[in-house]
Amino acid sequence: MAFDINKIRSDFPILNRKVYDKPLVYFDNAATTQKPRAVIDRITDYYTNENCNIHRGVHHLSQAATTAFENTREQIARFINASKKEEIIITKGTTESINLIAACFGRDILQKGGEVLITAMEHHSNLVPWQMLCFEKEASLQVVPFNDKGEIEMSAYKDHINDKTRIIALAHVSNTLGTINPVKEMIQYAHSKNIPVLIDGAQAVSHLKVDVSDLDCDFYCFSGHKAYGPMGVGVLYAKEKHLEAMPPYQTGGEMVESVSFFETTFNVLPFKFEAGTPNVEAVLGMGAAIKYLEETGMESIAAYEDDLLAYGTKKLKEIEGVQLYGTACKKTGVLSFLIDNIHPYDAGTIIDKFSIAVRTGHHCAQPVMDRFGIPGTIRASFAMYNTKEEIDQLVEAIHQVKKMFG
Amino acid sequence: MTIKEIQEQIITEFGNFDDWMDRYNHLIDMGKSCPLIDEKYKTKSFLISGCQSRVWLHASMSDGEIIFTADSDAVITKGIVNLLIRVFSKQPADDIIAADISFIDAIGLNEHLSPTRSNGLMSMIKQMKLYALAFKTKAANQ
Repeated sequence: MAFDINKIRSDFPILNRKVYDKPLVYFDNAATTQKPRAVIDRITDYYTNENCNIHRGVHHLSQAATTAFENTREQIARFINASKKEEIIITKGTTESINLIAACFGRDILQKGGEVLITAMEHHSNLVPWQMLCFEKEASLQVVPFNDKGEIEMSAYKDHINDKTRIIALAHVSNTLGTINPVKEMIQYAHSKNIPVLIDGAQAVSHLKVDVSDLDCDFYCFSGHKAYGPMGVGVLYAKEKHLEAMPPYQTGGEMVESVSFFETTFNVLPFKFEAGTPNVEAVLGMGAAIKYLEETGMESIAAYEDDLLAYGTKKLKEIEGVQLYGTACKKTGVLSFLIDNIHPYDAGTIIDKFSIAVRTGHHCAQPVMDRFGIPGTIRASFAMYNTKEEIDQLVEAIHQVKKMFG
Repeated sequence: MTIKEIQEQIITEFGNFDDWMDRYNHLIDMGKSCPLIDEKYKTKSFLISGCQSRVWLHASMSDGEIIFTADSDAVITKGIVNLLIRVFSKQPADDIIAADISFIDAIGLNEHLSPTRSNGLMSMIKQMKLYALAFKTKAANQ
C-alpha cells in the first residue's frame, strides 16, 4: 500500500488542533506519539460495550473481554515475532519491564563482584534499575562509551565484556541521539560468552520492524504510548526458559494458582508476572495501534521517516551555528541540536511560540549530555505523520531564535 | 516603592507590548542586564533545584532590607529572575513573606508558573520567601 501522508494525518485527530492560533506541529514523538482515531475509538468502544474484569467471570462479558485481551497478547507476539504468546508479559511500560528483569532475573544472576554492562547512551530507565541492583549486590556497573557521532563501536563493546559480566542491557535506539545500535551483532557476541542481553526497545518499535526471534535477545522491552498506543501499558518479551526460572515480581490476585493461609502456588506463564487487574483498555488500545502500524506497513513508515530525517538533517546543517548531536550512520528520526550558544531552554521557549512542540533538556539521559559537555539539547523527533513543511517551520523558528538571542 | 507599586509598574511596562515576541524581547533585554551575583556564590549551595536552566540566588540583609542577587545560564530565566529581584530586593522581610505575585499572570508569563516548564519560577519565589523568613527569624533571635 502506498504511503499516503494526507490520509495518515487525517487519522490523527489531534493534528487538527491549534496552539497559539496556529496548527500544531508535533515534534516530541520520542516522548510520546499521538494516537490515531482507531486507538481512541477502541478505548471508547471497550468502555461503551465491553467493560469487564478479565480472566474471572463465566458470564458473557468477562469471556468476551478475556478473549479480546488474550487475542491482543497473540497479536503482540506476532508483531515482534515471539515464538509464543506466553513469552509476552503485559506491564505498565518499558520502565516496569526493565525493573521486573532487574529484580527477578538480575537479582539471581548477579553476585558480589559481578558486572552489569550498559552503554553511555541509555535512558535513565535502563540505567538506574541496574545501578540500584549493583549497589545492592556489591557488583559494578560497566559502561560502553560511544564515539563523537553517537555510535557504539563493536571493539569498545567487546573490550567491556569479560568473565565477570553477568547481563548486558542495551538501547535498541537512543532516545537522545537516534542511533540504531547493531543489537543483533551485539547479542551474538554476548551469547558467544553465555551472557544474556536485555534490549530497551522503547524508541525502536514505532520506527523499525522488530523481530525478537531473529535478534535472539533474552529480553525485549517497549511501551505502548511511544508506538501510537495508550499510556500506562507496555510489554516485556522474555524467553520462556527465563520466565519459568524467575520468581514472580509482584504478588496478589490473578497470578496465583491456589492460595491457603499456609502456602500459595503460582499461576502458569504469562499470568505469573501479571498480578492484579491489568490495564485492559490500554492493552486493547495497543492492539489497535499495532494493527494500524501493520496496515500502514513498517517498511513504508521507516522509508518515509528516513526521508524526513535526511531532509531535516540537511536543513538544520544549512543554518549557521546549529550543532547536531548524534550523527550516526544508522539513525531514526531524531534531531538533537543546539543553536549557537543559546541555552536549550531559551530556544525551546521561543520555538514553542511558533506552535512547534520540541523537547528541551537532558531527555532523561544526563550521561549523554555530560559526554558532550552540554547542559541539554533541543530535540525534534519525528513520527509517520510529520512533514517536510513542518520541518521548514522549525527552520524558520530557529532563525527567529537566532535573531532574538543573537 | 513597595512591592505592590513595583508590580504595578511592571504591569504597565508590559502593557505596552502587543504580542508575545515583544514581551519576550523585553524579557531577554532584562535578562542581559540582570544584577549579577558575585562569582563566588555561583556554587552548588546557591543553586535552586527544579530548574531546567541553572539559577543561582544569593540573599543578604542590610538595614532591615533583604538584598537579592542572581544569575542563570538561560537568558529568559535570567529575565524572569531579574523581574523577581526588582519586585523583592531591597524590601523588608515581612513584605516579601506576605507578597503575592499576581503580576506574573498579569504580564502574560503565567505559563512559566506551570510545573511542566520546570524553569523553577515557583522554586525561585519559594526560595526568596524562605530567605526572607530565615533573615527575619535570625533578626528576632539577636
